[in-house]
Amino acid sequence: MATLIIAEHDNSTLKAATLHAVTAAQQVGGDIDVLVAGSACQAAAEEAAKVAGVSKVLVADNAVYANQLAENVAKLIAEVGAGYSHIMATSTPETKNVLPRAAALLDVGQISDILRVDSADTFGRPIYAGNAIATVKALDAIKVITVRSTAFEPAAAEGGSAAVEAVAAAHDAGLSTFVSDEVAQSDRPELTSAKIIVSGGRGMGNGENFAMLDSVADKLGAAVGASRAAVDAGFVPNDMQVGQTGKIVAPDLYVAVGISGAIQHLAGMKDSKVIVAINKDDEAPIFQVADYGLVADLFEAVPELDSKL
Amino acid sequence: MKVLVTVKRVIDYNVKVRVKSDNTDVDLTNVKMAMNPFCEIAVEEAVRLKESGVASEVVVVSLGPQAAQEQIRTALALGADRGILVQSDETLESLHVAKLLAKVIEQEQPGLVITGKQAIDSDNNQTGQMLAALTGMAQGTFASEVKIEGDKALVTREVDGGLQTVELAMPALVTTDLRLNEPRYASLPNIMKAKKKPMATTTPEELGVTIKAHTEVLRVDTPEERQAGIKVASVDELVEKLKNEAKVI
Repeated sequence: MATLIIAEHDNSTLKAATLHAVTAAQQVGGDIDVLVAGSACQAAAEEAAKVAGVSKVLVADNAVYANQLAENVAKLIAEVGAGYSHIMATSTPETKNVLPRAAALLDVGQISDILRVDSADTFGRPIYAGNAIATVKALDAIKVITVRSTAFEPAAAEGGSAAVEAVAAAHDAGLSTFVSDEVAQSDRPELTSAKIIVSGGRGMGNGENFAMLDSVADKLGAAVGASRAAVDAGFVPNDMQVGQTGKIVAPDLYVAVGISGAIQHLAGMKDSKVIVAINKDDEAPIFQVADYGLVADLFEAVPELDSKL
Repeated sequence: MKVLVTVKRVIDYNVKVRVKSDNTDVDLTNVKMAMNPFCEIAVEEAVRLKESGVASEVVVVSLGPQAAQEQIRTALALGADRGILVQSDETLESLHVAKLLAKVIEQEQPGLVITGKQAIDSDNNQTGQMLAALTGMAQGTFASEVKIEGDKALVTREVDGGLQTVELAMPALVTTDLRLNEPRYASLPNIMKAKKKPMATTTPEELGVTIKAHTEVLRVDTPEERQAGIKVASVDELVEKLKNEAKVI
């Protein structure tokens, strides 16, 4: 039994997301190898070799993997992964893109977003936006799994000394080409990976008032989110939406400002470690899940909070 | 160009699901069902491609029980031209759906396939990618913009930290993200007209796909309820608690 972890990286550095999958793989047991597919990605591979618990790092360094296009990388994963009992990666947009494609090439199912490892073939995962937890047994010989980062502590990035081995396979499906990247203008972290999120709801009144949250978020190094009500009211674009049909987040700290706490919203953030609610209605359902609740007018409380950070 | 779009019948997103008392599944009896929200976006995109003259025909496919006809009718009322139901009362996993859809695609030969990025019941986010693998198509997942230029599709994707644009050879597969469009509502005259649009029914047996389980659900539980915390009296107390008690800032 051995696990192949699909590394996430930008060719020069290993992304921290990868470390969560290593911890989940340790709970599965057996050897842990890491596959780094990229172009001029030796530095990322060397970082992967230092991760505690990793036995071997396989590097597929080829121009065809430069932008991690799913069509090319999935073929590589299917080829290299065929010799493993488990193929795992932390659940991110990149791995969600490529892993199911690799699973289908291997003719096996995938278990997405696990929260728990019960045994080498049995896992817990959320369904219905986290309103139920399914215990699922994988029946295939190769178990393809993505890991919810917030459910597993990251493995230590230092302390390992794995061997680095080159993989020659170059798969160019010839189906897709990378055109451009448009990196978000904001210095703020992405919602789904942010450690702290400050979110606004209908109570914000309008889009301009979100500037108050931006200021608090900048001081905390936080991302700014919104409830569906705020999106539907046109205050902010829908990529900021946290909830059942928006983004599912589980940061260390979630600050809900002017959000009543409808079930669709709670579904997207109730796994946050600490929840703070600021709302003037002390009957608002958000207070039933908040660790710290402040009953106050947000137009007074938020600027005060801003000044005290 | 023919566009094939997939829709799934799921529990309405406003409904709070309850786990059955025997922990075998969630309880779906007498629960309001609807089209998966990401599938609505897929249908909207297909209809817009038709309205702009890029698509000549929009075919909508659903897999599941007989009742999934309702969701196909909804898509027809929104502007799709005809429907195909792959009828099965079995639990279909993503790979099963992908294999069945691959057969439908073999028959229909669409130039573009649009699926939702994930269904809000199983939350898998797998079917589109698996379907692309099985049909050998390029994939543009989590799309926020789709442009068809000749025999290429330019797809802007929502990735960590921003957007990425890729150029895909056609036929291609696109999965929709929330930002792609704002789905329209079906008008009453269009709902009436949709009743006359053609709908074919087939089965996994007719498509020659055998369903072999890849996973087994052992049990389903209600997640641990979160305990309510405390109310603080002032912003000062809040900041103090977050710094010294919760240690999160």
